[in-house]
Amino acid sequence: MAEEIRLMKGNEAIAHAAIRCGADGYFGYPITPQSEILETLMELKPWETTGMVVLQAESEIAAINMVYGGAGCGKAVMTSSSSPGVSLKQEGISYLAGAELPCLIINVMRGGPGLGTIQPSQADYFQTVKGGGHGDYRLITLAPASVQEMADFVGLGFELAFKYNNPAIILADGVIGQMMEKVVLPPFQKRRTEEEIRKNCPWAALGKTADRKRNVITSLELDPAVMEENNIRFQKKYKIIEKEEVRYEEINCEDADYLIVAFGSMARICQKTIEMAQEQGIKIGLLRPITLWPFPSQAIAAYTDKVKGIISVELNAGQMVEDVRLAVNGKVKVEHFGRLGGIVPTPDEVLSAIKEKLM
Amino acid sequence: MKEEIIIAGFGGQGVLSMGKILAYSGLMENKEVSWMPSYGPEQRGGTANVTVILSDERISSPVLNTFDIAIILNQPSLDKFESKVKPGGILIYDGYGIHHAPTRKDIEIYSIDAMNTAIEMNNSKAFNMIVLGGLLKIRPMVTLENVLLGLKKSLPERHHKLIPMNEQAIKKGMEIIKRV
Repeated sequence: MAEEIRLMKGNEAIAHAAIRCGADGYFGYPITPQSEILETLMELKPWETTGMVVLQAESEIAAINMVYGGAGCGKAVMTSSSSPGVSLKQEGISYLAGAELPCLIINVMRGGPGLGTIQPSQADYFQTVKGGGHGDYRLITLAPASVQEMADFVGLGFELAFKYNNPAIILADGVIGQMMEKVVLPPFQKRRTEEEIRKNCPWAALGKTADRKRNVITSLELDPAVMEENNIRFQKKYKIIEKEEVRYEEINCEDADYLIVAFGSMARICQKTIEMAQEQGIKIGLLRPITLWPFPSQAIAAYTDKVKGIISVELNAGQMVEDVRLAVNGKVKVEHFGRLGGIVPTPDEVLSAIKEKLM
Repeated sequence: MKEEIIIAGFGGQGVLSMGKILAYSGLMENKEVSWMPSYGPEQRGGTANVTVILSDERISSPVLNTFDIAIILNQPSLDKFESKVKPGGILIYDGYGIHHAPTRKDIEIYSIDAMNTAIEMNNSKAFNMIVLGGLLKIRPMVTLENVLLGLKKSLPERHHKLIPMNEQAIKKGMEIIKRV
């Protein structure tokens, strides 16, 4: 039977999708603009149906460490927060990456720095794709631009996290979290049994059996020679992810004279900008990175000979624009437009910026 | 068909829920819909607004600079959004909280005495449904039948007994809206 079309907020869609994807646990602490994730899970009471644990931790730091514990047992576990709360989680995220544990993190970004505002922002791009925590690690970063993608990326995030034994993150913002749109939720999937986890995650610390050595989950390795080997192994894995998992969408790009690169809510707003430009006879295309890491560098580089200029439109002071510039390597003009601190530009503002900076 | 609508007023007037009911009604008619609220501290007494888009085609931006229809329920919202109505568009306002009436000549302006009517009906909660009725009289973008279905969908079951009262308020709004 076809799934019903529903109307809900992006945050609510994440909560529904988590249960339907067979998640084993959610640990979180409320913060605007993503509190509906925890609230919806509490309302849906999945512990009575699928057995999924939902827990309001005493802090964001506690929540990410509960994720570390659950992930160490091979469970599909997740946490969510917004910018200041995600900053608190960075130590735990680095440990998860260092211990090569799969998990799903959700950041519904708000304006910073510091406690900032509660309005939409994309100023955690650097934090998410360039580190955030310490050490040479990477997060598989998915950037949803619709309520439908909020729902879809929960399953995709877990799938990629378990495929590569690496944390995955959904990097959304206040617009996508708070807006309501039509959504078709993913079908119900059973949670994995302990037997299935033992089979699929032989590294999981689920209790030693007679036929294998003890499993140890740790990011600590005091011998630098071994730690270097570990790092080389991580880097090999990251190379494979960069080769295999790049995702992006191209809209109106054929014979475009100018190219917008934008993700998440900004990509939606820029689609309207493109419609307005068309009415004025200006041909603008949109390349929307769906994965922010791995970044669609090659796809962007393919436009260097085709367009007169590229603009990276972001809800920040210029972060993704650095990766766009690296991708085109000086071969075409790359500009940035953004509003800061929680202000969301309107489509006509973006069009004015393109005219001013590129034409 | 595409309607880009802003509903703006004080927090507590039912601005967001009116938008929600409109969005659910659109869903019932198989339209594409988006509902983008101001979700800040406004909800607790300041100015609140919501952008609702109903369309036959895929909706690009949930954030807009101009609107086909503005529903204005207090003075700060009129000051902010009167200039954002597209030429030839519609502005509906309730004079109750408005000290300076709208002045644009290139748009259709309607007033609806919804607050006083709600007080007369002895039901201040009917206010936003009276306004919705007025809107649907001017622009029947969704049928009354689908509004009622949308109400059923968006209200928790314990509130379903309030649907007949809401229907009555919508019909009242259709009667009292007038061109300025």
